[in-house]
Amino acid sequence: MALPPPDPQFVLRGTSAEIHTLHFSCGSQEPDYPLLFSGSSNGLIHIWNLKTRRVDTVLDGHGGKSVYWVEAIYDRDRLLSQGRDQKICLWDLAEGRNTVTDSVFTENVGFCKCSLLRVAQGHWLMAMPGKDLDEIQVLELPSKTSVCTLKPEADAKPGMPMCLKLWQPDFGSCPFLLAGYEDGSVILWNLSEAKILSRLTCHLEPVMSLDFDSEKTKGVSGSSEKVLSVWSLDEQQNLKVQKTQELINAGIADVTIRQDKKILATAGWDHRIRIFGWKKLKPLAVLSYHTATVHCVSFSDHRRPNERLLAAGSTDHRISVWSVYNEI
Amino acid sequence: MDPTLLKVRRAVQAAIATLSSSTDGVQLSETLGTIKRYLGGTENQVSLKEREEFTHVHFSTFLQGLVSNLSPEWIELLTSDQQKELWDSFFLEGPADQAFLVLLDSIISTGPSFRLMKIISVLEQFLQTGGMSALMWEVCHQQAQAGSPMLQETLLNKVVCLPDHLCNKLHGSNLPIFFPQNYFPLLATEIIQVLQRIADSLRDGLDCSISFVSQVLGKVCVHGRQKEILKVLMPRLIDLTMADCIWQRMCWRLVECVPDRWMEAVVCGFVQTAPGAGVLSRLLGNLVVKNKKAQFVLTQKLLLLQYGYATAVLQNLIGYLALDSLRRSLLIKVLKELLETWGSSSAVKHSPVEQQLYVSKAILICLAHLKESEVESNSQELLTSLMAGMKCHLDSNLPRIRRLGMIVAESISSRISKDGPSLRFQYEDDDETRELKSLWMHTSPQPPVINLPSVCGSDSPSAIPEPSGNPHPAVPEQGADSELDSDDDLTPYDMSEDKELKKMKAPVYIRDCIEVLTGSEDVDKWEATMKVLESLVRRNSAATREVSLELAKVLLHLEEKTYTEGFVGLRQRALVAVTITEPVPVVQYLTSQFYSLNYSLRQRMDILDVLALAAQELAQPHAGGKKKPCSAQSPCISMLPGADSSQDWRRIVDERIKSKTRRFAKGQSLAEPACGPNRFSSVAGHFFFPLIQNFDRPLVTFDLLGDDHLLLGRLAHTLAILMYFAVHTVVAAAMGKALLEFVWALRFHTDSYVRQGLLSSVSSVLLSVPSEHLLEAMSEEFLETQSWLADVAENDPDADCRRLAWQNLLLMENLLKKLRSVPS
Repeated sequence: MALPPPDPQFVLRGTSAEIHTLHFSCGSQEPDYPLLFSGSSNGLIHIWNLKTRRVDTVLDGHGGKSVYWVEAIYDRDRLLSQGRDQKICLWDLAEGRNTVTDSVFTENVGFCKCSLLRVAQGHWLMAMPGKDLDEIQVLELPSKTSVCTLKPEADAKPGMPMCLKLWQPDFGSCPFLLAGYEDGSVILWNLSEAKILSRLTCHLEPVMSLDFDSEKTKGVSGSSEKVLSVWSLDEQQNLKVQKTQELINAGIADVTIRQDKKILATAGWDHRIRIFGWKKLKPLAVLSYHTATVHCVSFSDHRRPNERLLAAGSTDHRISVWSVYNEI
Repeated sequence: MDPTLLKVRRAVQAAIATLSSSTDGVQLSETLGTIKRYLGGTENQVSLKEREEFTHVHFSTFLQGLVSNLSPEWIELLTSDQQKELWDSFFLEGPADQAFLVLLDSIISTGPSFRLMKIISVLEQFLQTGGMSALMWEVCHQQAQAGSPMLQETLLNKVVCLPDHLCNKLHGSNLPIFFPQNYFPLLATEIIQVLQRIADSLRDGLDCSISFVSQVLGKVCVHGRQKEILKVLMPRLIDLTMADCIWQRMCWRLVECVPDRWMEAVVCGFVQTAPGAGVLSRLLGNLVVKNKKAQFVLTQKLLLLQYGYATAVLQNLIGYLALDSLRRSLLIKVLKELLETWGSSSAVKHSPVEQQLYVSKAILICLAHLKESEVESNSQELLTSLMAGMKCHLDSNLPRIRRLGMIVAESISSRISKDGPSLRFQYEDDDETRELKSLWMHTSPQPPVINLPSVCGSDSPSAIPEPSGNPHPAVPEQGADSELDSDDDLTPYDMSEDKELKKMKAPVYIRDCIEVLTGSEDVDKWEATMKVLESLVRRNSAATREVSLELAKVLLHLEEKTYTEGFVGLRQRALVAVTITEPVPVVQYLTSQFYSLNYSLRQRMDILDVLALAAQELAQPHAGGKKKPCSAQSPCISMLPGADSSQDWRRIVDERIKSKTRRFAKGQSLAEPACGPNRFSSVAGHFFFPLIQNFDRPLVTFDLLGDDHLLLGRLAHTLAILMYFAVHTVVAAAMGKALLEFVWALRFHTDSYVRQGLLSSVSSVLLSVPSEHLLEAMSEEFLETQSWLADVAENDPDADCRRLAWQNLLLMENLLKKLRSVPS
């Protein structure tokens, strides 16, 4: 008889708004405590101290419009946040400050989250939805210069980009971008030539979220359907469907592979978090705690594997924090 | 007169005179020795003619003389050797029939005395030394030369009734050999010996009559000693008839010669004791064709008139009919008659369930024995009776009878159309259905069973060696797909809770529910509504009252749009909840709808069920209101330190007592029986009278007194329930009177389910109506009912009806007793 699924390790309450995005910052050395950033629908960004399990700071910079992407850089002295007010803000958090030092106006009204990739010390690439509906812009940070604009050809018509993932192979410097589109296809872009390398239609509905494992060149995507799709990238830079995993209930809001590439978690519209083994997509656990749609799941970047956490944010204003499959 | 005969007579008379007068032992022994010569012995001084004269004419007289002189003093004149030699031997060595008659007559006529003891010990010796077989052999021998029927008749009586005579005479001091359980087996072994002798003489070409043995057998059987005698006789006969055709013929003759008046007992005994149809056929031969009486017993009485026999007996009997081509015509005739009974609606209605089960079993066994060609030639008739029987069985109100009908119909139809489509019914299997099915399956060919082991055999070996022959299955694959097994170190959690999420939110307001149930095409929403409706209604009684009638209408007409788990129960509970919240208008509506047009049986039954359940809930003490005060009084209440601020002095005192009292157990103090006003009492009339009013007014689609007797039965039961819950109410008396009138009007209903309902109604009346009122104001109805109940208890074919009637009579008796004991 299998064990009953675990309960959350703790629950963070008090945002009084839907949680749309979560980001851990736990990799720093001792006197610093692990942090969790959460962006909510009322435009606030909460910074949670995971030691005291309380809110340290609340950032308000998006004019009450919901925040749907946050990511910390410079060893969490800076924070990037993207909001529905069509702005991407750069926060300065060093030494207790909390001011917006810079911002980019995206001119895009979609829900597509940005993707950030560190290319060198102090240099990042950021992919963000562009001005036109089907356009993606890639900026270089911190200079904010546009690297390229990715726009599919007129007859391709994939619709709006829904989710982005910048990645770089372990060898070779040229970064790639994977983008999930409204028509259910995933497109692999070559950034230097700004052209489509491969396009795979793996869903019938818009791709809600995707994640990619650059070691195995294998990715996973979820949509509003009942399936989770796993696809791989071969040497000829072609995307191929490897496996589809049938789910009980439809709708995947977010999918994330853990840093050690062992498991992946999905945030379901059916209020449940699902854990799969990444190798064969073996269903491992169904975590139910939330009473409404789960919007986001995120794995922590703790240095010690046994401390790693999984956080999920939901419409029910709560963030549940779990500890699963850490005893390896 | 022949001088030799005269000589014998004189000698005998002289001897008798000597025996009665002489007191000299030597003279006595000499006299006895003289007479003994006539029995034949070593010396041959006596001619054959003299000997015959003595045994035929004088032997009985002489024996009687011997017996009449018997006394302790007289017998002491002889030495014990002489006693044995001269006295006992007359009885044991002389003609057995006469000796037996004299012995038994003397026993009957003698009171308890020395003489009686002596005679009984001689009789015991007589039995032990095979006197019975000698007796029967003599009679059989004589019969061949036409012996006297009077003597035979007397002998027969005495032989069969010996245990009775001795038992009557000796009471407690009877000898074990005369007990019926010992005597009849002994008689059976003697019969076998006689048969043996007859068989020998037949082999020698001599004629011999067997009819006396048959008579003995018949008479023993008709006296109810079949079991004792056949227990011994049957196995021996089975052995002897196995290979020997003379024995077989003799056995047939033995049964054929049984007089008609005893034939039934013998045949029944044989059918019951035979271990199988083949044996029975060997023992009885074609008796059933030759003997009218046997035919009647075997084909009519055992199958159609009686129903107490075990299934094995039926199998014996029908198997016997099927085994010979001469008898097969009878088999078909029997099957037709059985089917006629099975298909007669009057039989279904009036005969007890057990008999119907018996007939069904017989039909199934017959079907199993029927050959293809016979089925084909009779298929039309089979089909006709199948249709008739199915109709009246499915019409029945008793589920057991319906199921019997289904099983028999299924088997007939599958026999008629071997390959084509056959009837299939849905019913739940239980022991009875399985037994019935096995009856009709057991002789049909079963090729799949034979094939089965070979299929299993080919499967299992291939499955077994795989793990054993390949101890390291993972080794060769390791290089190719190392990631395959690495997932396995993550053990999955239990995911059984991961079910489909119901998206639809159930409505929160009762008006929304009505909307969903009437209009909505959304199946999920509809289902969710059904699930919450009952609790919604119970929680919001005020809101329900506004729409109670509308809601009741909707629920009554609600159909199951899509499969919903437990839909019937959900709807029923919701209706009950509505009824309880606002009893009067809803009950008025429901009772009026019960008697209106265009409802299905199901809906009308739902109405009755809802009324009964609602009455029950109303009559029970209100549980919801009771809970709160109960928990407030429970001893687990926390002690407040600031008790002095309380105004209630009693509480302070209580707490002081509590603080000074040590409690060893925290158990709840004795639970008070729940009490509260009976909410049913004010509305009982609304439930009851509209229902009982209109039962005799048939509508176009609904005729309670005609075809819809199932519903009439349900109505009677529901009325009984309503009556029962109306105990202690004001209207109970009026209700009781009306109900008794209802019962009186329907008391001779043919359907047993209806009668059961009526009897339950009577019980309810007896329990609910105050006994004084029952006996004073309703004494006439009471007495009428009592006489009807007595009749039912005696004569009803249905066992449940009889039981209920007895219970009612008992209740009445108790009421009368109680009333008498109360001094008024």
